[in-house]
Amino acid sequence: MEERTTTSPVLLIIFWLYVGIPLVLGIWETLVKASALFK
Amino acid sequence: MSTNPSDNGFFSKERITAKPGFNRWMVPPAALAVHLCIGEAYAFSVFNKPMTQILGVTKSLPEDWKLTTLGWIFSLAITLLGLSAAFAGKWLEDVGPRKAMFVAACCFGGGFLIGALGISWHQIWLVYLGYGVIGGIGLGIGYVSPVSTLIKWFPDKRGMATGLAIMGFGGGAFIASPLSVALMSHFQSATSTGVAQTFIVLGIIYFISMNIGALTIRIPAPGWKPDGWTPPTTQHAMISQNHVHINTAMKTPQFWLVWWALCLNVTAGIGVIGQASVMIQESFKGAVTPAAAAGFVGLLSLANMLGRFLWSYASDYVGRKNTYYIFLALGAVLYFLVPSAGAAGYVAVFVLFYTIIISMYGGGFSTLPAYLADLFGTRFVGGIHGRALTAWAAGGIFGPVLVNYIRQYQVSHGVPPSQAYTETMYIMACLLIVGIVCNFFVRPVSPHHHMTAEQLGATAAQPAMGH
Repeated sequence: MEERTTTSPVLLIIFWLYVGIPLVLGIWETLVKASALFK
Repeated sequence: MSTNPSDNGFFSKERITAKPGFNRWMVPPAALAVHLCIGEAYAFSVFNKPMTQILGVTKSLPEDWKLTTLGWIFSLAITLLGLSAAFAGKWLEDVGPRKAMFVAACCFGGGFLIGALGISWHQIWLVYLGYGVIGGIGLGIGYVSPVSTLIKWFPDKRGMATGLAIMGFGGGAFIASPLSVALMSHFQSATSTGVAQTFIVLGIIYFISMNIGALTIRIPAPGWKPDGWTPPTTQHAMISQNHVHINTAMKTPQFWLVWWALCLNVTAGIGVIGQASVMIQESFKGAVTPAAAAGFVGLLSLANMLGRFLWSYASDYVGRKNTYYIFLALGAVLYFLVPSAGAAGYVAVFVLFYTIIISMYGGGFSTLPAYLADLFGTRFVGGIHGRALTAWAAGGIFGPVLVNYIRQYQVSHGVPPSQAYTETMYIMACLLIVGIVCNFFVRPVSPHHHMTAEQLGATAAQPAMGH
């Protein structure tokens, strides 16, 4: 019988937040700067 | 480090082959952990001014480095990215993504540390060697290392998967830019600009973060396919079920036609990215402030990043060849129209057109690996992708040269700066039309290039995925 594994949903969410949060913060800062273009 | 496929060490492919039940959605963040780090390269310009004041601290001294001297750091890094991606692709297929990502982390993080030494001792050759050469090798290996793994995990969503990772390369600058500025202001003192210390901290952060990706990456077991997914029973002419060896792929017209389509798409886009701030200020003299122009540059970066995901995702439904047709045809139309928008004073339309153009520039990169996998199969796509990225390096030279020299020629012949980009844009449109012709001639690879079952077994580089 082949060994099985399960991926913890919490680990999955943490991993996505780990890469997602810095990216979203950086994008937000860029959008704030870009708003000067339309003032 | 051994490249023996039967090696069962920590970095071996056997060790990272996923067991049944593994959730494949763990793989995109592992790829992003690497691509978001190496995407820092796009934010390197934040160091330009402080690095011209290393000795003077508050102002540049005659002995300080000049901007022209510093420009070579980025150029070296991008050149080494292209070269290492081209040469490391085949090695990557042999050793698997964990070892490749670890080596990339060592090179990229180590490059920062050596660069920090060069800044502390004010030895530019050490910065060239550190960030430019060693860091550049890390960029190239890091860029290609998770891509073929993602394609194998997502045979049903190849474009979306590669788009997610390559989007990270476009998005890395959004993290690196504010982080670098914050670190430099933290370390700044009366005797230091804080750049060397910032390099050390960034090197450590990137080394750790990229290794988190290396530790969590997994490859699918032989014969694995997503639950409930069955390979399409109807053959799509442009999606091969066979595999072509890297060396054979290089001899096919398909490889070079896609290479040229990418190169022309990059040439058109990269020239605009480099001149965006100056271009919008000259096109709308007095109406667009330097702060607003910086916002325009930020918006283009955002379009570059989002385009990498959205266009690649769309290619899963539209088809790779058709997606490339859209890049090239819509790009040509927009390049023809953009001077009129500038002449009419429509800032919003001008910004919109360029935003779409740059989103397609990014989309060209992210759709590429899926396009190559469709044509040449998934077995060696990592290596083939690496070699196709030399088109990026070539476009990176042609694009800025075209835009800068044509503009200079125009201005020196009495054309007002606000109109100096008109002919350049028309030339870019023509280049994209040539790209359409290249894309038109891309046909399925001739069966005599396909590897036989015996050849596939003999290479034993990567288990066939059954699709």
